[in-house]
Amino acid sequence: MFLKPQPAKAAAAPKHTIDPQTQPWVEKYRPKTIDDISAQEHTVEVLRKTLVSANLPHMLFYGPPGTGKTSTILALSRQLFGPEHFRTRVLELNASDERGISIVREKIKTFARQTPRATSGSEYPCPPYKIIILDEADSMTQDAQAALRRIMETYARITRFCLVCNYVTRIIEPLASRCSKFRFQPLDIASTRFRLEHIASSENVPISPEAIAALIATSEGDLRRSITYLQSAARLSASATSPAPITPREIQEIAGVVPDVVVSSFAATLGVDMDHGMDMDLDDGPASKGSKGFDHVRGKVQEVMKDGYSAAQLLSQLHDLIMLHPTLTSRQKSRCALILAEVDKSLSDGGDEELQLLELGLRIHKALK
Amino acid sequence: MSLWVDQYRPRTLDDLHYHPELSARLRSLAASGDFPHMLFYGPSGAGKKTRIACTLRELFGPGVEKLKIDQRVFMTPSKRKLDVNIVQSNFHIEITPSDVGIYDRVVIQEILKEIAQTQQVDLSAKQRFKVVIINEADSLSRDAQAALRRTMEKYMSNMRVILCANSTSKLIAPIKSRCLLIRVAAPSPEEMGVALARVAKKEKFDLPDEAATQIVSDAAGNLRKAILILEALKMQSPDLTSNISVAKPDWETYCIKVADLILQEQSAQRVMLVRGKLYELLSHCIPPTTILKTIASHLVDRVDESLKADIMHWAAFYEVRMCTGSKKIFHLEAWVVKVMSLYKHFFYGIDMPDDFEI
Repeated sequence: MFLKPQPAKAAAAPKHTIDPQTQPWVEKYRPKTIDDISAQEHTVEVLRKTLVSANLPHMLFYGPPGTGKTSTILALSRQLFGPEHFRTRVLELNASDERGISIVREKIKTFARQTPRATSGSEYPCPPYKIIILDEADSMTQDAQAALRRIMETYARITRFCLVCNYVTRIIEPLASRCSKFRFQPLDIASTRFRLEHIASSENVPISPEAIAALIATSEGDLRRSITYLQSAARLSASATSPAPITPREIQEIAGVVPDVVVSSFAATLGVDMDHGMDMDLDDGPASKGSKGFDHVRGKVQEVMKDGYSAAQLLSQLHDLIMLHPTLTSRQKSRCALILAEVDKSLSDGGDEELQLLELGLRIHKALK
Repeated sequence: MSLWVDQYRPRTLDDLHYHPELSARLRSLAASGDFPHMLFYGPSGAGKKTRIACTLRELFGPGVEKLKIDQRVFMTPSKRKLDVNIVQSNFHIEITPSDVGIYDRVVIQEILKEIAQTQQVDLSAKQRFKVVIINEADSLSRDAQAALRRTMEKYMSNMRVILCANSTSKLIAPIKSRCLLIRVAAPSPEEMGVALARVAKKEKFDLPDEAATQIVSDAAGNLRKAILILEALKMQSPDLTSNISVAKPDWETYCIKVADLILQEQSAQRVMLVRGKLYELLSHCIPPTTILKTIASHLVDRVDESLKADIMHWAAFYEVRMCTGSKKIFHLEAWVVKVMSLYKHFFYGIDMPDDFEI
């Protein structure tokens, strides 16, 4: 039982590299060297120096998802140790591994205290220390983090830690102060576009500039997300009976974005004056205003829920729509912002989607009257 | 004899009655050999599971329908034993990790690693990978979702994950960005009518139009419910003549009674009475959110327009409290008392401080 998985894992790993067909593009196009990393010039600059001097501090990478944190450390350690020493010198632990305090005490400590064997004749720098990568470190418990403190110091001579996380605030202060911090910024539009076009052209995916723009807009600086969407869209268009170029609408559907029509009709129900001005309003006329208000809003909410759109997604799109709305007064906007924030909090606390959406609808309706 | 819902559940993608473009998309994905992780989401009774089953059949052939149920024991780090029921065929495995509450992470880790680290040895197999179906993915804990993240990428070569959820709101962004999102909307009334007529035709009886319309309006987009109602009605009155009434489930009539009680009288004694009824409902395992929603929706149908918004507001307010708190009955009662006081104040024309302007 306990022995069985081991050989299978060993067998799975080489296959992983052999079979690029089924590989996600995110893995396939993961940067091989740190020079390939997009848009994190400052971090790359610092790390390049460590490659030359072969010395490395403890590091803490933080930033929003999909900005290249894991890729950077993997590429760096690959460049430091080369493929054959990579396995013995790098321990990668992430949230899918058990990472309670017991693992910190046993597995991490055992690995940390091993003295690396001296290597010679390698073309890689192969410095005399090992790297422990703790991916998604913000999901480690406080206790487990506390247990790391002393380990980091004691074995600092032979082991370097690299903590990777989204929220630097969830790393306890003593740990954070032991590391040099690197902030990863969301990717700018130009480098995302460059990367996506590169992948699209090497995979022979016909994609229009508008569709790429849609990809960038829906992924909000998360390169991984945009690559995954690109792959999904490419799969769909390639497997369709008549191959067609990818349209922005398809991208939105894949990304789970609520169509603009639905958002604006929802907003109109809430009494947000849609751009076309007065005459539109007269068409819906009494239905959207006055005494029928409650039932109208309720009907609309039920309709949206039936279509299966996600409330959180609708919320964020509605937020964009209201905040950028040309005719609402600042006072109305700030009232809406308050309501949106409260409903979002309730949703993330686990509130019922339909009730919360109804609550949102009714309150905005009231605030705008 | 099985229920009609199961008996006439479409088995292949071609049999699906509605969302043809979605079926076409699933079929081409299954054929392409380059199958992604997927996340099916949509309201209940819209046909998510049916579509998943059909896709699996398209992928692996009829072999997926040979199911066996296993009971597996997992051990938490704190040495607690968890029993989990697992439905599996040779090609896929289906788990509902939320059954074990906060220990779902352990189940996810163990099962996924086990599947991921075993390889398909049969070279003539149609697909190189196994599929893991995770039901009720929206009730997975944060930890469990975090555990999925890297595993989904790392073991892509011999495993695919299909998540099934009611909504994507509670899934963390990294999971969503790794999946192909597939929205299964509820069928429109016409589509439901067609589906019901199909069932009726296969059972060899005529379904009068009025009956069909009534069933469809009662089911509110939930096809499973619609077919269940149809079967129940057919049992009651075999000829399905125009004069039928769709029987509501017991708990719903009970909720209506509670709503009536609240509106009839607003007093401390009445609160006690309502409390008894609420306890009764809770002890029959009706989810508190459902109780709250049902009572609220019956209340707002019966009160003055100006009160409706307030009642819903407080319903939403206490529903969240209920989720974050631990004792459900407190919040249900608090809401009932709130509604009573609102109603009474309204009735006697006393101005309430406007609670919306916080």
